[in-house]
Amino acid sequence: MKQKKRIKGGVKTPHYKNTSKSETKLMPVPEKVEIPMLHHIGAPCTPTVKKGDEVMVGTLIGESSAFVSAPIHSSVSGTVADVKKRLFPNGANVDSIIIKSDGKQTVDPSVKPPVVENKEDFLKAVRDSGLVGLGGAGFPAHVKLNPPKDKKIDYLLINAAECEPYITSDYRETIENSWNVISGINVVMDFLNIENVIIGVEDNKPMTIKIFNDIADTDKKITAVSLKSEYPQGAEKMLIYALTGRVVPAGGLPMDVGVIVMNVTSVSFIAKYLKTGMPLVKKRLTVDGAVIKEPSNVEVCIGTYIKDLVNFCGGFTEEPYKVLMGGPMMGLAQYTVDTPVLKQNNAILAFNKKQSMLPEQTACIRCGNCVRACPMSLMPQQLDIFSESQNIEQLQKFNVMSCIECGACSYVCPAKRHLVQSIRKGKVLVNTKGQK
Amino acid sequence: MAENRLIVNSSPHMKCVKSTSGIMLDVIIALIPAVILSVYFFSYIAAIIIAVSVVTSVTFEYLYNLLAKKRQTISNLSAVVTGVILALNLPPVKSSIWIAAVGSLIAIIIVKMLFGGIGKNIFNPAIAARVFLTVSFASQMTSWVAPGVDSVSAATPLALAKVGEMTGYMDLFLGNIGGSLGETSALALLIGGIWLLLRKVITWHIPVAFIGTVALGAFIFGQEPLFHVLAGGLLLGAIFMATDYVTSPTTWIGKLIFGFGCGIITIGIRLFGNLPEGVSFSILFMNALVPLIDRYTVPKSFGEVKKNA
Repeated sequence: MKQKKRIKGGVKTPHYKNTSKSETKLMPVPEKVEIPMLHHIGAPCTPTVKKGDEVMVGTLIGESSAFVSAPIHSSVSGTVADVKKRLFPNGANVDSIIIKSDGKQTVDPSVKPPVVENKEDFLKAVRDSGLVGLGGAGFPAHVKLNPPKDKKIDYLLINAAECEPYITSDYRETIENSWNVISGINVVMDFLNIENVIIGVEDNKPMTIKIFNDIADTDKKITAVSLKSEYPQGAEKMLIYALTGRVVPAGGLPMDVGVIVMNVTSVSFIAKYLKTGMPLVKKRLTVDGAVIKEPSNVEVCIGTYIKDLVNFCGGFTEEPYKVLMGGPMMGLAQYTVDTPVLKQNNAILAFNKKQSMLPEQTACIRCGNCVRACPMSLMPQQLDIFSESQNIEQLQKFNVMSCIECGACSYVCPAKRHLVQSIRKGKVLVNTKGQK
Repeated sequence: MAENRLIVNSSPHMKCVKSTSGIMLDVIIALIPAVILSVYFFSYIAAIIIAVSVVTSVTFEYLYNLLAKKRQTISNLSAVVTGVILALNLPPVKSSIWIAAVGSLIAIIIVKMLFGGIGKNIFNPAIAARVFLTVSFASQMTSWVAPGVDSVSAATPLALAKVGEMTGYMDLFLGNIGGSLGETSALALLIGGIWLLLRKVITWHIPVAFIGTVALGAFIFGQEPLFHVLAGGLLLGAIFMATDYVTSPTTWIGKLIFGFGCGIITIGIRLFGNLPEGVSFSILFMNALVPLIDRYTVPKSFGEVKKNA
């Protein structure tokens, strides 16, 4: 089946899917893991363990009573070495639990398949599993799967676009665990009573398309759509537009147009959880970039330090100049390799000097490339000007809050303007004005 | 420790290879056919005019940055582009040599640098300089000669047309006519235009709207559309000067309006004005309207909800 609409704007980025043939390797349990109390979007969790406590794999170590939150579990068996505040690169200063592993990986007795008979059981199970959107944003899954009654959902979209360069962790999920993906889809459709499902895959992943099309032949409900490879095809609003032709209103959510979008690895995890009851304590990441000795896909315990993960991949071939959590277009640059892997991380990339250096910013020549690249039909060059002049009124008039920060504008800019950075500043200006 | 050196910055962490100087280089390449043909038709004098114009343009920009204690910008090659285009706007006679230097001064210092340098100028430097020169040095700027080494004075096809004399299409197309260095050969300009389109430096909107409007206008008023397209500075203006990023709108609808406006003014001047040629004035005038066009052509953002007024 063909995609319904071409996304507006978009850019051709190189794919660099070097690790697409790399079968997932299991990384041995590290000596120590550090699990922060905030992986997801929403309220941080409160630690339920203290220094000296014994924990096992799957033991609840962080919980919150807030609705938009997800519980956190230990990924190793061992002893809590410390609970302390830690500043994360996203600006959050949250409690972080450091666990010394005993290497035995004893499973907590509470880990057993949940009994799920109806929608309420199902949503509770999803919450208990600690699942957050594994595509990168980390939105708690049980919230997404529980839209208000007045929102009729008729489409479940599975995001397997993986449009960021380098990253292949979702791709490996579709190859290695395709039946989990399918069974996860069926469970979600059954319990939420959704009639249609479409799996969106970029056309640079023919294997995934073939697998799902073969399945689609036997399972009539499931359709796989091959999407043109253009960035940011996998951005939620773009994916919805490409697959259904529906436009999410500014400031709205997918449910406003009757759609739930789930990452392919997330939906696959739901199937696994219902079978085993093992909460989200492991994650597959793509480790790649010019200075990684053996680029590969690795399944790690959540909380593994980037340093240890890189060492498992043969270490750095030369001194890294930049280390990213996520892809090169939207990933977060880390200030240290002592940062732990989070639930929603899908890649660790390490760049050499040449890849890391920022080109010098020069004057905008009004070429309009950013306007053509913007998938949200914004005018990045104007937003840049208004952000620099702190013109809040114009920033709002030019819809600064609609920016999804995909980075397409900065990518194409011949003057090498730091457009996304400037627009982020503009958003802060608008937000702080709102609080006055 | 290695990690103390890690670079932290806002995403994205990847940039495409296209740069301002790369774009300018593409424009220079696109101008090469016109440059070659101008030298072919008007001999060494054309080469001297172009060389003087380029060298003075770059020098003025260099000196301005030096004296104003600004970062040097000549490496972005935009001054070279201005220099070549300015030279192509001059008549192939000896007086154009010093006129080129004066033009560069106007274009680079007054029209570009004093407005804040590349990206900030309201008017296209070469166009503004040409208009300035035409008004200030009217006789030198209209001392047209026929192609060849003998410098036989000749009128331009448009001037001839005003008195009812038509020029052959083949001569118009190849450039075997009187006129400024670069506006004579339609063929050379079209090759350059195709290069710019292929390299995605420009889009079709402005040239097509501009040329189309002129052709349509000529047709409506009972004149030969093809003649008006090929004669005078229309192709040079529509392909190389009206498409200047800085002084044209950024959205495609804005570009169409801009091109349409240029076309209306051009054909208006050609048919009803005292001057035989109107391309430069039309572009200059439309340059001034760009902020206005920009304001009314803001695209509707994806998913934009109608705001309360």
